[in-house]
Amino acid sequence: MSFQTAVFYLFAAILVFAALRVISVRNPVHAALWLVCSFFTAAAIWLLLGAEFLAIVLVLVYVGAVMVLFLFVVMMLDVNFDELRRHFRSHLPVGVAVGALVLLEMVLVILSGTPASPSGAPATPGSNTAALGRLLYIDYVYPFELAAVLLLVAIVAAIALTWRRRREKKSQSPGEQVKVRARDRVRLVSLPSENRGNR
Amino acid sequence: MDALIAPVRDFLGPAWLPLWTLAKIVALVVPLILGVAYLTLAERKVIGYMQDRIGPNRVGPLGLLQPFADVFKLIFKEIVVPTGANRYLFFIAPVLAIGPAVAAWAVVPLTDTLVVADVNAGLLYVLAMTSLGVYGIILAGWASNSKYAFLGALRSAAQIVSYELAMGFALVAVLMCANSLNFREIVAGQEGGAAHWYIWPLLPMFVVYVVAGIAETNRHPFDMAEGESEIVAGFHVEYSGVAFAVFFLAEYMSMILIAVLASTLFLGGWLSPFPALNEVGIAGFAPFGDGLLWLGAKASFVLLIFLWVRATFPRYRYDQIMRLGWKVFIPLTLAWIVFIGTMMQTRYAPLFH
Repeated sequence: MSFQTAVFYLFAAILVFAALRVISVRNPVHAALWLVCSFFTAAAIWLLLGAEFLAIVLVLVYVGAVMVLFLFVVMMLDVNFDELRRHFRSHLPVGVAVGALVLLEMVLVILSGTPASPSGAPATPGSNTAALGRLLYIDYVYPFELAAVLLLVAIVAAIALTWRRRREKKSQSPGEQVKVRARDRVRLVSLPSENRGNR
Repeated sequence: MDALIAPVRDFLGPAWLPLWTLAKIVALVVPLILGVAYLTLAERKVIGYMQDRIGPNRVGPLGLLQPFADVFKLIFKEIVVPTGANRYLFFIAPVLAIGPAVAAWAVVPLTDTLVVADVNAGLLYVLAMTSLGVYGIILAGWASNSKYAFLGALRSAAQIVSYELAMGFALVAVLMCANSLNFREIVAGQEGGAAHWYIWPLLPMFVVYVVAGIAETNRHPFDMAEGESEIVAGFHVEYSGVAFAVFFLAEYMSMILIAVLASTLFLGGWLSPFPALNEVGIAGFAPFGDGLLWLGAKASFVLLIFLWVRATFPRYRYDQIMRLGWKVFIPLTLAWIVFIGTMMQTRYAPLFH
Protein backbone atom coordinates (compact mmCIF):
# COMPACT_ATOMS: atom_id res chain seq x y z
CA MET A 1 0.00 0.00 0.00
CA SER A 2 1.56 3.25 -1.07
CA PHE A 3 1.71 6.32 1.15
CA GLN A 4 -1.03 8.03 -0.90
CA THR A 5 -3.41 5.11 -0.53
CA ALA A 6 -2.84 5.07 3.22
CA VAL A 7 -3.57 8.79 3.38
CA PHE A 8 -6.70 8.28 1.28
CA TYR A 9 -8.07 5.61 3.63
CA LEU A 10 -7.28 7.77 6.65
CA PHE A 11 -9.15 10.74 5.20
CA ALA A 12 -12.00 8.54 4.00
CA ALA A 13 -12.40 7.09 7.50
CA ILE A 14 -12.43 10.58 9.03
CA LEU A 15 -14.92 11.76 6.41
CA VAL A 16 -17.35 8.91 7.03
CA PHE A 17 -17.06 9.29 10.79
CA ALA A 18 -17.61 13.07 10.63
CA ALA A 19 -20.57 12.65 8.29
CA LEU A 20 -22.14 10.15 10.70
CA ARG A 21 -21.59 12.53 13.61
CA VAL A 22 -23.35 15.32 11.70
CA ILE A 23 -26.62 13.41 11.85
CA SER A 24 -26.11 11.71 15.21
CA VAL A 25 -24.97 14.43 17.65
CA ARG A 26 -27.63 16.13 19.73
CA ASN A 27 -26.17 19.63 19.85
CA PRO A 28 -26.82 21.48 16.54
CA VAL A 29 -23.64 23.55 16.93
CA HIS A 30 -21.62 20.36 17.21
CA ALA A 31 -23.39 19.00 14.13
CA ALA A 32 -22.43 22.11 12.15
CA LEU A 33 -18.82 21.73 13.29
CA TRP A 34 -18.74 18.08 12.23
CA LEU A 35 -20.07 19.21 8.85
CA VAL A 36 -17.16 21.66 8.65
CA CYS A 37 -14.83 18.79 9.45
CA SER A 38 -16.31 16.60 6.73
CA PHE A 39 -16.07 19.41 4.12
CA PHE A 40 -12.46 19.93 5.05
CA THR A 41 -11.66 16.22 4.76
CA ALA A 42 -13.47 16.03 1.43
CA ALA A 43 -11.26 18.89 0.23
CA ALA A 44 -8.21 16.92 1.33
CA ILE A 45 -9.38 13.91 -0.71
CA TRP A 46 -9.90 16.12 -3.78
CA LEU A 47 -6.38 17.40 -3.24
CA LEU A 48 -5.16 13.79 -3.34
CA LEU A 49 -6.89 13.44 -6.72
CA GLY A 50 -4.91 16.42 -7.99
CA ALA A 51 -7.92 18.75 -8.15
CA GLU A 52 -6.19 21.50 -6.22
CA PHE A 53 -8.36 24.38 -7.45
CA LEU A 54 -11.64 22.68 -6.57
CA ALA A 55 -10.28 21.54 -3.20
CA ILE A 56 -9.13 25.01 -2.19
CA VAL A 57 -12.33 26.63 -3.43
CA LEU A 58 -14.35 24.10 -1.43
CA VAL A 59 -12.53 25.22 1.71
CA LEU A 60 -12.68 28.89 0.78
CA VAL A 61 -16.37 29.02 -0.12
CA TYR A 62 -18.08 26.32 1.92
CA VAL A 63 -15.90 26.17 5.02
CA GLY A 64 -14.72 29.78 5.06
CA ALA A 65 -17.97 31.55 4.25
CA VAL A 66 -21.12 29.40 3.99
CA MET A 67 -20.57 27.34 7.12
CA VAL A 68 -19.58 30.43 9.13
CA LEU A 69 -22.96 31.96 8.38
CA PHE A 70 -24.62 28.61 9.05
CA LEU A 71 -22.95 28.37 12.44
CA PHE A 72 -23.90 31.98 13.08
CA VAL A 73 -27.58 31.18 12.54
CA VAL A 74 -27.51 27.91 14.49
CA MET A 75 -25.93 29.67 17.46
CA MET A 76 -28.44 32.51 17.39
CA LEU A 77 -31.61 30.46 16.89
CA ASP A 78 -33.16 29.19 20.03
CA VAL A 79 -34.83 26.13 18.55
CA ASN A 80 -36.57 23.77 20.88
CA PHE A 81 -35.02 20.52 19.78
CA ASP A 82 -37.05 18.33 22.13
CA GLU A 83 -40.15 19.61 20.39
CA LEU A 84 -38.67 18.75 17.01
CA ARG A 85 -37.51 15.35 18.16
CA ARG A 86 -40.99 14.36 19.35
CA HIS A 87 -42.03 13.81 15.73
CA PHE A 88 -39.07 11.54 15.09
CA ARG A 89 -41.11 8.37 15.11
CA SER A 90 -43.99 9.63 12.98
CA HIS A 91 -41.61 11.00 10.33
CA LEU A 92 -39.39 7.93 10.34
CA PRO A 93 -41.13 6.05 7.44
CA VAL A 94 -40.83 9.03 5.08
CA GLY A 95 -37.17 9.50 6.01
CA VAL A 96 -36.38 5.85 5.49
CA ALA A 97 -38.16 5.85 2.11
CA VAL A 98 -36.23 8.88 0.86
CA GLY A 99 -32.96 7.47 2.16
CA ALA A 100 -33.58 4.12 0.48
CA LEU A 101 -34.38 5.87 -2.81
CA VAL A 102 -31.12 7.85 -2.73
CA LEU A 103 -29.20 4.69 -1.87
CA LEU A 104 -30.84 2.82 -4.74
CA GLU A 105 -29.94 5.57 -7.19
CA MET A 106 -26.34 5.60 -6.06
CA VAL A 107 -26.07 1.83 -6.36
CA LEU A 108 -27.55 1.98 -9.87
CA VAL A 109 -25.03 4.62 -10.94
CA ILE A 110 -22.13 2.60 -9.57
CA LEU A 111 -23.41 -0.67 -11.11
CA SER A 112 -23.98 0.96 -14.51
CA GLY A 113 -20.24 0.90 -14.99
CA THR A 114 -19.52 4.63 -15.04
CA PRO A 115 -16.17 5.00 -13.33
CA ALA A 116 -16.71 6.70 -9.99
CA SER A 117 -13.44 8.55 -10.34
CA PRO A 118 -11.68 9.61 -13.53
CA SER A 119 -9.16 6.88 -14.14
CA GLY A 120 -5.57 8.03 -14.21
CA ALA A 121 -4.16 11.45 -13.60
CA PRO A 122 -6.07 14.66 -14.44
CA ALA A 123 -5.54 15.98 -17.95
CA THR A 124 -3.29 18.84 -16.91
CA PRO A 125 -1.24 17.72 -13.92
CA GLY A 126 0.48 21.09 -13.56
CA SER A 127 -2.09 23.82 -13.08
CA ASN A 128 -5.71 22.85 -13.34
CA THR A 129 -6.67 26.39 -12.32
CA ALA A 130 -5.72 27.63 -15.77
CA ALA A 131 -7.45 24.67 -17.43
CA LEU A 132 -10.67 25.36 -15.52
CA GLY A 133 -10.44 29.06 -16.37
CA ARG A 134 -10.12 28.21 -20.04
CA LEU A 135 -13.17 25.94 -19.86
CA LEU A 136 -15.36 28.43 -18.02
CA TYR A 137 -14.39 31.63 -19.80
CA ILE A 138 -13.67 30.42 -23.34
CA ASP A 139 -15.29 27.06 -24.13
CA TYR A 140 -18.45 27.45 -22.06
CA VAL A 141 -18.52 31.23 -21.68
CA TYR A 142 -22.20 31.73 -22.62
CA PRO A 143 -23.71 29.03 -20.35
CA PHE A 144 -21.43 30.28 -17.58
CA GLU A 145 -22.47 33.92 -18.01
CA LEU A 146 -26.11 32.86 -18.20
CA ALA A 147 -25.82 31.01 -14.90
CA ALA A 148 -24.13 34.07 -13.38
CA VAL A 149 -26.93 36.37 -14.54
CA LEU A 150 -29.51 33.92 -13.20
CA LEU A 151 -27.82 33.98 -9.79
CA LEU A 152 -27.66 37.77 -9.86
CA VAL A 153 -31.38 37.95 -10.61
CA ALA A 154 -32.02 35.56 -7.72
CA ILE A 155 -29.98 37.77 -5.36
CA VAL A 156 -31.76 40.93 -6.47
CA ALA A 157 -35.14 39.23 -6.17
CA ALA A 158 -34.40 37.91 -2.69
CA ILE A 159 -33.39 41.37 -1.49
CA ALA A 160 -36.27 43.11 -3.26
CA LEU A 161 -38.80 40.71 -1.69
CA THR A 162 -37.54 41.03 1.87
CA TRP A 163 -36.23 44.57 2.04
CA ARG A 164 -38.51 47.22 3.42
CA ARG A 165 -37.73 50.66 4.69
CA ARG A 166 -39.06 51.10 8.16
CA ARG A 167 -40.52 54.50 8.80
CA GLU A 168 -39.47 54.70 12.44
CA LYS A 169 -35.89 53.75 11.68
CA LYS A 170 -33.43 56.59 11.97
CA SER A 171 -30.13 56.35 10.17
CA GLN A 172 -27.38 58.72 9.25
CA SER A 173 -26.28 59.52 5.76
CA PRO A 174 -22.48 59.44 5.76
CA GLY A 175 -22.38 61.47 2.56
CA GLU A 176 -24.16 64.37 4.17
CA GLN A 177 -22.09 64.00 7.31
CA VAL A 178 -18.90 64.35 5.33
CA LYS A 179 -20.22 67.35 3.42
CA VAL A 180 -20.85 69.33 6.62
CA ARG A 181 -18.60 72.35 7.09
CA ALA A 182 -17.95 74.20 10.31
CA ARG A 183 -20.05 77.18 9.22
CA ASP A 184 -23.15 74.96 8.92
CA ARG A 185 -22.99 74.13 12.59
CA VAL A 186 -21.36 77.04 14.33
CA ARG A 187 -22.21 80.67 13.72
CA LEU A 188 -19.52 83.00 14.91
CA VAL A 189 -21.01 86.31 15.92
CA SER A 190 -18.88 89.30 16.42
CA LEU A 191 -20.15 91.25 19.44
CA PRO A 192 -18.54 94.49 20.52
CA SER A 193 -17.32 94.17 24.05
CA GLU A 194 -19.20 96.16 26.60
CA ASN A 195 -17.53 99.43 27.36
CA ARG A 196 -17.48 99.85 31.10
CA GLY A 197 -15.16 102.77 31.00
CA ASN A 198 -11.64 102.89 32.28
CA ARG A 199 -11.21 102.93 35.99
CA MET B 1 24.29 21.91 0.24
CA ASP B 2 23.09 18.92 -1.79
CA ALA B 3 26.34 17.04 -1.14
CA LEU B 4 25.78 17.44 2.57
CA ILE B 5 22.15 16.32 2.51
CA ALA B 6 22.45 13.34 0.15
CA PRO B 7 24.07 10.83 2.60
CA VAL B 8 21.50 11.65 5.28
CA ARG B 9 18.69 11.21 2.76
CA ASP B 10 20.00 7.82 1.66
CA PHE B 11 20.41 6.72 5.27
CA LEU B 12 16.86 7.63 6.29
CA GLY B 13 15.16 6.20 3.21
CA PRO B 14 11.36 6.55 3.25
CA ALA B 15 11.44 8.41 6.59
CA TRP B 16 13.38 11.20 4.90
CA LEU B 17 10.45 13.14 3.41
CA PRO B 18 8.39 13.55 6.61
CA LEU B 19 11.50 14.34 8.68
CA TRP B 20 12.83 16.86 6.17
CA THR B 21 9.41 18.55 5.95
CA LEU B 22 9.21 18.64 9.73
CA ALA B 23 12.65 20.24 9.91
CA LYS B 24 11.57 22.90 7.40
CA ILE B 25 8.41 23.61 9.40
CA VAL B 26 10.38 24.01 12.64
CA ALA B 27 12.88 26.25 10.87
CA LEU B 28 9.98 28.48 9.79
CA VAL B 29 7.82 28.47 12.91
CA VAL B 30 10.52 29.13 15.52
CA PRO B 31 11.69 32.42 13.95
CA LEU B 32 8.03 33.27 13.39
CA ILE B 33 7.22 32.93 17.09
CA LEU B 34 10.27 35.00 17.98
CA GLY B 35 9.07 37.55 15.42
CA VAL B 36 5.69 37.66 17.17
CA ALA B 37 7.40 38.15 20.53
CA TYR B 38 9.39 41.10 19.29
CA LEU B 39 6.47 42.51 17.33
CA THR B 40 4.61 42.92 20.61
CA LEU B 41 7.61 44.75 22.07
CA ALA B 42 7.95 46.89 18.93
CA GLU B 43 4.25 47.72 19.13
CA ARG B 44 4.49 48.91 22.72
CA LYS B 45 7.67 50.86 22.02
CA VAL B 46 6.39 52.52 18.83
CA ILE B 47 3.06 53.47 20.33
CA GLY B 48 4.87 54.60 23.46
CA TYR B 49 7.07 57.02 21.57
CA MET B 50 4.11 58.23 19.50
CA GLN B 51 2.36 59.07 22.76
CA ASP B 52 5.48 60.71 24.22
CA ARG B 53 6.26 57.85 26.59
CA ILE B 54 9.20 55.44 26.65
CA GLY B 55 7.36 52.12 26.72
CA PRO B 56 8.69 48.98 28.44
CA ASN B 57 12.32 49.50 29.46
CA ARG B 58 12.73 47.58 32.74
CA VAL B 59 13.25 43.94 31.77
CA GLY B 60 16.69 43.45 30.25
CA PRO B 61 18.63 46.11 28.36
CA LEU B 62 16.26 48.60 26.69
CA GLY B 63 13.37 46.31 27.69
CA LEU B 64 14.49 43.68 25.18
CA LEU B 65 13.53 40.76 27.45
CA GLN B 66 10.02 42.09 28.04
CA PRO B 67 8.33 39.56 25.66
CA PHE B 68 9.82 36.67 27.65
CA ALA B 69 8.61 38.16 30.91
CA ASP B 70 5.12 38.39 29.37
CA VAL B 71 5.25 34.80 28.15
CA PHE B 72 6.33 33.43 31.54
CA LYS B 73 3.64 35.45 33.27
CA LEU B 74 0.99 33.97 30.98
CA ILE B 75 2.34 30.42 31.28
CA PHE B 76 2.13 30.46 35.06
CA LYS B 77 -1.39 31.84 35.18
CA GLU B 78 -4.32 29.60 35.92
CA ILE B 79 -6.74 28.79 33.10
CA VAL B 80 -10.26 29.34 34.37
CA VAL B 81 -13.12 27.55 32.62
CA PRO B 82 -16.34 29.54 33.08
CA THR B 83 -19.46 27.88 34.49
CA GLY B 84 -21.68 26.37 31.85
CA ALA B 85 -18.97 26.64 29.22
CA ASN B 86 -18.69 23.98 26.59
CA ARG B 87 -15.43 22.43 27.80
CA TYR B 88 -14.24 20.78 24.57
CA LEU B 89 -15.00 23.70 22.31
CA PHE B 90 -13.59 26.11 24.89
CA PHE B 91 -10.19 24.45 24.56
CA ILE B 92 -10.42 23.64 20.85
CA ALA B 93 -11.17 27.27 19.94
CA PRO B 94 -7.64 28.66 20.50
CA VAL B 95 -6.22 25.72 18.56
CA LEU B 96 -8.58 26.45 15.66
CA ALA B 97 -7.43 30.07 15.78
CA ILE B 98 -3.72 29.34 15.62
CA GLY B 99 -3.82 26.31 13.29
CA PRO B 100 -4.81 28.19 10.11
CA ALA B 101 -2.59 31.14 11.07
CA VAL B 102 0.44 28.84 11.03
CA ALA B 103 -0.75 26.63 8.14
CA ALA B 104 -1.00 29.60 5.78
CA TRP B 105 2.75 30.13 6.14
CA ALA B 106 3.43 26.80 4.43
CA VAL B 107 3.27 28.26 0.93
CA VAL B 108 4.69 31.73 1.59
CA PRO B 109 8.15 31.98 0.03
CA LEU B 110 10.72 34.08 1.88
CA THR B 111 13.24 34.06 -0.95
CA ASP B 112 13.43 32.44 -4.36
CA THR B 113 14.27 29.04 -2.84
CA LEU B 114 13.28 29.38 0.80
CA VAL B 115 9.75 27.93 0.96
CA VAL B 116 8.19 24.96 2.72
CA ALA B 117 5.85 23.99 -0.14
CA ASP B 118 5.95 25.60 -3.57
CA VAL B 119 2.28 25.18 -4.52
CA ASN B 120 0.76 26.18 -7.86
CA ALA B 121 -2.32 27.82 -6.37
CA GLY B 122 -0.44 29.36 -3.43
CA LEU B 123 -2.46 32.57 -3.36
CA LEU B 124 -5.77 30.68 -3.20
CA TYR B 125 -4.41 28.40 -0.49
CA VAL B 126 -3.48 31.38 1.69
CA LEU B 127 -6.94 32.89 1.17
CA ALA B 128 -8.59 29.59 2.13
CA MET B 129 -6.47 29.18 5.26
CA THR B 130 -6.94 32.73 6.51
CA SER B 131 -10.69 32.35 6.02
CA LEU B 132 -10.63 29.46 8.51
CA GLY B 133 -9.26 31.61 11.34
CA VAL B 134 -12.75 32.94 12.01
CA TYR B 135 -13.83 29.60 13.49
CA GLY B 136 -11.52 30.03 16.45
CA ILE B 137 -13.12 33.37 17.22
CA ILE B 138 -16.74 32.24 16.78
CA LEU B 139 -16.23 29.11 18.86
CA ALA B 140 -14.39 30.99 21.59
CA GLY B 141 -17.29 33.41 21.80
CA TRP B 142 -19.95 30.72 21.83
CA ALA B 143 -18.24 28.17 24.08
CA SER B 144 -17.44 30.75 26.78
CA ASN B 145 -21.10 31.01 27.79
CA SER B 146 -20.76 34.76 28.15
CA LYS B 147 -22.81 37.53 26.59
CA TYR B 148 -19.84 39.79 25.93
CA ALA B 149 -17.82 37.01 24.34
CA PHE B 150 -20.76 36.03 22.14
CA LEU B 151 -21.32 39.62 20.99
CA GLY B 152 -17.64 39.91 20.14
CA ALA B 153 -17.73 36.67 18.18
CA LEU B 154 -20.77 37.75 16.14
CA ARG B 155 -19.25 41.13 15.32
CA SER B 156 -16.01 39.55 14.30
CA ALA B 157 -17.59 36.86 12.14
CA ALA B 158 -19.61 39.42 10.16
CA GLN B 159 -16.61 41.69 9.79
CA ILE B 160 -14.19 39.02 8.63
CA VAL B 161 -16.62 37.54 6.11
CA SER B 162 -17.29 41.04 4.70
CA TYR B 163 -13.68 42.12 4.34
CA GLU B 164 -12.59 38.81 2.88
CA LEU B 165 -14.46 39.70 -0.31
CA ALA B 166 -12.66 43.01 -0.80
CA MET B 167 -9.37 41.31 0.02
CA GLY B 168 -10.06 38.55 -2.50
CA PHE B 169 -10.88 41.07 -5.23
CA ALA B 170 -7.68 42.99 -4.50
CA LEU B 171 -5.77 39.74 -4.94
CA VAL B 172 -7.63 39.05 -8.21
CA ALA B 173 -6.16 42.29 -9.55
CA VAL B 174 -2.67 41.08 -8.61
CA LEU B 175 -3.08 37.74 -10.29
CA MET B 176 -4.45 39.41 -13.41
CA CYS B 177 -1.18 41.33 -13.62
CA ALA B 178 0.98 38.35 -12.76
CA ASN B 179 -0.92 35.72 -14.78
CA SER B 180 -0.25 33.24 -11.99
CA LEU B 181 -1.37 32.10 -8.56
CA ASN B 182 2.13 31.05 -7.58
CA PHE B 183 3.99 33.42 -5.28
CA ARG B 184 7.37 32.89 -6.93
CA GLU B 185 5.97 33.71 -10.34
CA ILE B 186 4.15 36.75 -8.94
CA VAL B 187 7.44 38.06 -7.57
CA ALA B 188 9.25 37.16 -10.78
CA GLY B 189 6.71 39.31 -12.63
CA GLN B 190 7.88 42.35 -10.66
CA GLU B 191 11.54 41.98 -11.56
CA GLY B 192 13.52 45.01 -12.70
CA GLY B 193 13.55 47.47 -9.83
CA ALA B 194 11.06 49.46 -7.82
CA ALA B 195 9.39 50.92 -10.92
CA HIS B 196 8.12 47.45 -11.90
CA TRP B 197 6.38 46.67 -8.64
CA TYR B 198 2.65 46.03 -8.81
CA ILE B 199 1.97 48.78 -6.30
CA TRP B 200 2.08 51.40 -9.06
CA PRO B 201 -0.61 50.08 -11.42
CA LEU B 202 -2.54 48.71 -8.43
CA LEU B 203 -2.15 51.50 -5.88
CA PRO B 204 -5.85 51.52 -4.83
CA MET B 205 -5.73 47.74 -4.49
CA PHE B 206 -2.69 48.00 -2.20
CA VAL B 207 -4.57 50.42 0.05
CA VAL B 208 -7.65 48.17 0.05
CA TYR B 209 -5.50 45.13 0.79
CA VAL B 210 -3.73 46.71 3.76
CA VAL B 211 -6.94 48.15 5.24
CA ALA B 212 -8.81 44.87 4.71
CA GLY B 213 -5.84 43.12 6.28
CA ILE B 214 -6.16 45.29 9.37
CA ALA B 215 -9.86 44.46 9.50
CA GLU B 216 -9.27 40.72 8.96
CA THR B 217 -6.84 40.54 11.85
CA ASN B 218 -9.24 42.46 14.10
CA ARG B 219 -6.68 45.17 14.70
CA HIS B 220 -7.42 48.76 15.65
CA PRO B 221 -9.31 50.70 14.39
CA PHE B 222 -11.35 47.65 13.33
CA ASP B 223 -11.14 45.84 16.67
CA MET B 224 -14.90 45.59 17.13
CA ALA B 225 -14.41 41.97 18.19
CA GLU B 226 -12.55 43.16 21.27
CA GLY B 227 -13.87 46.67 21.75
CA GLU B 228 -12.81 46.94 25.38
CA SER B 229 -14.86 50.09 25.96
CA GLU B 230 -18.06 48.35 24.83
CA ILE B 231 -17.81 44.60 25.36
CA VAL B 232 -14.87 44.29 27.82
CA ALA B 233 -12.53 42.16 25.70
CA GLY B 234 -14.92 40.53 23.27
CA PHE B 235 -14.44 36.95 22.25
CA HIS B 236 -11.51 36.19 24.56
CA VAL B 237 -12.90 37.82 27.69
CA GLU B 238 -13.13 34.44 29.47
CA TYR B 239 -9.70 33.20 28.43
CA SER B 240 -6.68 33.47 30.67
CA GLY B 241 -3.14 32.18 30.81
CA VAL B 242 -1.83 30.12 27.92
CA ALA B 243 -5.23 29.85 26.21
CA PHE B 244 -5.28 33.64 25.91
CA ALA B 245 -1.64 33.66 24.78
CA VAL B 246 -2.54 31.33 21.91
CA PHE B 247 -5.17 33.78 20.61
CA PHE B 248 -2.63 36.54 20.94
CA LEU B 249 -0.06 34.51 19.01
CA ALA B 250 -2.58 33.76 16.25
CA GLU B 251 -3.48 37.44 15.85
CA TYR B 252 0.13 38.57 15.58
CA MET B 253 1.07 35.71 13.24
CA SER B 254 -1.75 36.76 10.91
CA MET B 255 -0.50 40.35 11.11
CA ILE B 256 2.99 39.31 10.04
CA LEU B 257 1.47 37.13 7.32
CA ILE B 258 -0.55 40.04 5.92
CA ALA B 259 2.56 42.25 5.99
CA VAL B 260 4.69 39.65 4.22
CA LEU B 261 1.95 39.04 1.65
CA ALA B 262 1.51 42.75 1.00
CA SER B 263 5.27 43.03 0.41
CA THR B 264 5.31 39.94 -1.81
CA LEU B 265 2.31 40.87 -3.91
CA PHE B 266 2.71 44.63 -4.25
CA LEU B 267 6.23 45.59 -3.20
CA GLY B 268 8.34 43.08 -5.11
CA GLY B 269 8.90 40.61 -2.27
CA TRP B 270 12.57 39.74 -1.80
CA LEU B 271 13.63 41.73 -4.87
CA SER B 272 15.91 44.67 -4.28
CA PRO B 273 14.41 48.02 -5.35
CA PHE B 274 17.66 48.76 -7.22
CA PRO B 275 18.73 45.79 -9.38
CA ALA B 276 22.23 47.32 -9.57
CA LEU B 277 22.77 46.31 -5.94
CA ASN B 278 22.94 42.68 -7.07
CA GLU B 279 26.25 43.51 -8.74
CA VAL B 280 27.79 45.09 -5.65
CA GLY B 281 29.54 42.09 -4.17
CA ILE B 282 31.62 41.79 -1.02
CA ALA B 283 33.66 38.57 -1.07
CA GLY B 284 31.53 37.02 -3.81
CA PHE B 285 28.30 37.71 -2.00
CA ALA B 286 25.90 40.62 -2.53
CA PRO B 287 24.67 41.72 0.90
CA PHE B 288 22.18 44.23 -0.46
CA GLY B 289 21.04 42.15 -3.41
CA ASP B 290 17.73 40.26 -3.66
CA GLY B 291 17.06 38.32 -0.50
CA LEU B 292 15.54 38.00 2.91
CA LEU B 293 16.84 41.43 3.93
CA TRP B 294 14.55 43.27 1.52
CA LEU B 295 11.50 41.17 2.33
CA GLY B 296 12.15 41.81 6.02
CA ALA B 297 12.52 45.55 5.46
CA LYS B 298 9.32 45.78 3.40
CA ALA B 299 7.30 43.64 5.80
CA SER B 300 8.57 45.68 8.76
CA PHE B 301 7.43 48.83 7.01
CA VAL B 302 3.92 47.43 6.47
CA LEU B 303 3.85 46.33 10.12
CA LEU B 304 4.87 49.84 11.13
CA ILE B 305 1.84 51.11 9.19
CA PHE B 306 -0.33 48.71 11.24
CA LEU B 307 1.04 50.13 14.50
CA TRP B 308 0.91 53.69 13.24
CA VAL B 309 -2.74 53.31 12.26
CA ARG B 310 -3.48 51.84 15.67
CA ALA B 311 -1.93 54.82 17.44
CA THR B 312 -3.67 57.33 15.17
CA PHE B 313 -7.30 56.43 14.59
CA PRO B 314 -10.20 55.98 16.99
CA ARG B 315 -12.29 52.80 16.72
CA TYR B 316 -14.78 52.58 13.87
CA ARG B 317 -18.47 52.42 14.57
CA TYR B 318 -19.95 49.06 13.61
CA ASP B 319 -22.31 50.27 10.86
CA GLN B 320 -19.51 52.33 9.36
CA ILE B 321 -17.26 49.27 9.22
CA MET B 322 -19.93 47.45 7.25
CA ARG B 323 -20.46 50.47 5.00
CA LEU B 324 -16.74 50.75 4.25
CA GLY B 325 -16.47 47.06 3.45
CA TRP B 326 -19.55 46.60 1.29
CA LYS B 327 -20.29 50.00 -0.21
CA VAL B 328 -16.79 51.42 -0.68
CA PHE B 329 -14.21 48.67 -0.98
CA ILE B 330 -16.12 46.10 -3.02
CA PRO B 331 -17.31 48.55 -5.72
CA LEU B 332 -13.84 50.14 -5.81
CA THR B 333 -12.05 46.83 -6.27
CA LEU B 334 -14.57 45.61 -8.88
CA ALA B 335 -14.22 48.86 -10.85
CA TRP B 336 -10.43 48.60 -10.73
CA ILE B 337 -10.51 44.99 -11.96
CA VAL B 338 -12.64 46.06 -14.94
CA PHE B 339 -10.28 49.00 -15.52
CA ILE B 340 -7.22 46.75 -15.53
CA GLY B 341 -8.93 44.23 -17.80
CA THR B 342 -9.80 47.00 -20.24
CA MET B 343 -6.34 48.57 -20.16
CA MET B 344 -4.76 45.19 -20.86
CA GLN B 345 -6.51 45.18 -24.24
CA THR B 346 -5.04 48.56 -25.20
CA ARG B 347 -1.49 49.53 -26.11
CA TYR B 348 -0.83 50.45 -22.47
CA ALA B 349 -0.92 46.75 -21.57
CA PRO B 350 2.82 46.52 -20.73
CA LEU B 351 2.25 48.95 -17.85
CA PHE B 352 0.07 46.34 -16.16
CA HIS B 353 2.33 43.32 -16.45
